[in-house]
Amino acid sequence: MKKAFIKYVAYCLPDKVVTNEAIVNDFPEWSVEKITEKVGVNQRHVAAEDETATDLAEKAAIKLIEENNIDKEIIDFVILCTQSPDYFLPTSACLLQTRLGLRQDIGAFDFNLGCSGYVYGLSIAKGLIAGGIAENVLLLTAETYNKYLHPKDKGNRTIFGDAASATLVSVDGEAEVLDFALGTNGKGANNLIVKSGASRLPEKQNDLLFDKNGNPVSSDHLFMNGAQIFAFTQRNVPKVINEVLEKNNLAKEDIDMFVLHQANRYMLDFLRNKMDIPEDKFYIFMENVGNTVSNSIPLCLVEAHKENRLKGNVLLCGFGVGYSWGAVILKM
Amino acid sequence: MELKDFINNFASIFEETSADSIHADTVYSELEEWDSVMVLSLISMIDQEYDAVVDVDEMNETRTVEDLFNYVKSLTE
Repeated sequence: MKKAFIKYVAYCLPDKVVTNEAIVNDFPEWSVEKITEKVGVNQRHVAAEDETATDLAEKAAIKLIEENNIDKEIIDFVILCTQSPDYFLPTSACLLQTRLGLRQDIGAFDFNLGCSGYVYGLSIAKGLIAGGIAENVLLLTAETYNKYLHPKDKGNRTIFGDAASATLVSVDGEAEVLDFALGTNGKGANNLIVKSGASRLPEKQNDLLFDKNGNPVSSDHLFMNGAQIFAFTQRNVPKVINEVLEKNNLAKEDIDMFVLHQANRYMLDFLRNKMDIPEDKFYIFMENVGNTVSNSIPLCLVEAHKENRLKGNVLLCGFGVGYSWGAVILKM
Repeated sequence: MELKDFINNFASIFEETSADSIHADTVYSELEEWDSVMVLSLISMIDQEYDAVVDVDEMNETRTVEDLFNYVKSLTE
């Protein structure tokens, strides 16, 4: 069975930046300090009105190809993780095959996951390589949650940023993709959801109301029950991290860097304390980009790599909407 | 697990609300500082101090600080 490696990673952010100062203008009851302290985000990038996740994915892929002088002819599979496709059909990865000028004798498809998506993408890419189906998989993640947010949703507007990433998973490279631990629990579906617009509720519901804290709740926008998501994370993240360590016959002390999905600063600090991980082995990159959903882990990988902080065993863990979660270890 | 200690731990998650204004019979969701972010602080405090993982729906059924104490106590028994 062929081994799979992460060879290169790149990312792209939309040009438009929304600062905490701009958000406080819309929500005078909040202060810039409060947002920074509680959420750990100073600014986030937001896609322009006519800019889609597919557009961002294309930019990230071009960046990856140009920065690393990749011959496009070697790419023999494209997978795109997004919950913001251009259309119900066709799949955005097919559009990207043409927009990127890739070969036609290759496979391409989208998969619909949020914050766990990068880990799942690596598992698919590894499977394609191990199965002898492909040798150079272009794994893309692209998300524009800001388009799903109600303008008055101050909580989520402070948290989420838009972004895209591109990773070349190959038969050789710098970081070997070791064994995975994955998890799913659809009982949590209603705690992070955009209800209307697809097949179950095709029409806009126009059912906006404000909860007792003044936050908008609407079937036509993204809804997140923060407390439930927090409790889900508290239950499952330490557990899946232990599972992935066990599968790889490693101990917590063998991990040189933990890269968790960058949900928010408060949750990351909580998880780090709960699992007793030293600060210098726990990567954080969200201050200027926010929670970028399936992009947060590849963004961290690029930044940590630049700082020369990826050595030895690197543990990745994604978790969120679904509920869906997963972890994997990279050997550098 | 003592009610008095629980009230102190509960009061410690607030920044603006004085500990003197929090008692066993305080309806905590009516405190001015209470908001959705405070719920996260509460869940963390319960995890750190009592090593307990709450069920959010069950926890939301509690009204007073003492109800909350009894709920957390039931998790630790």
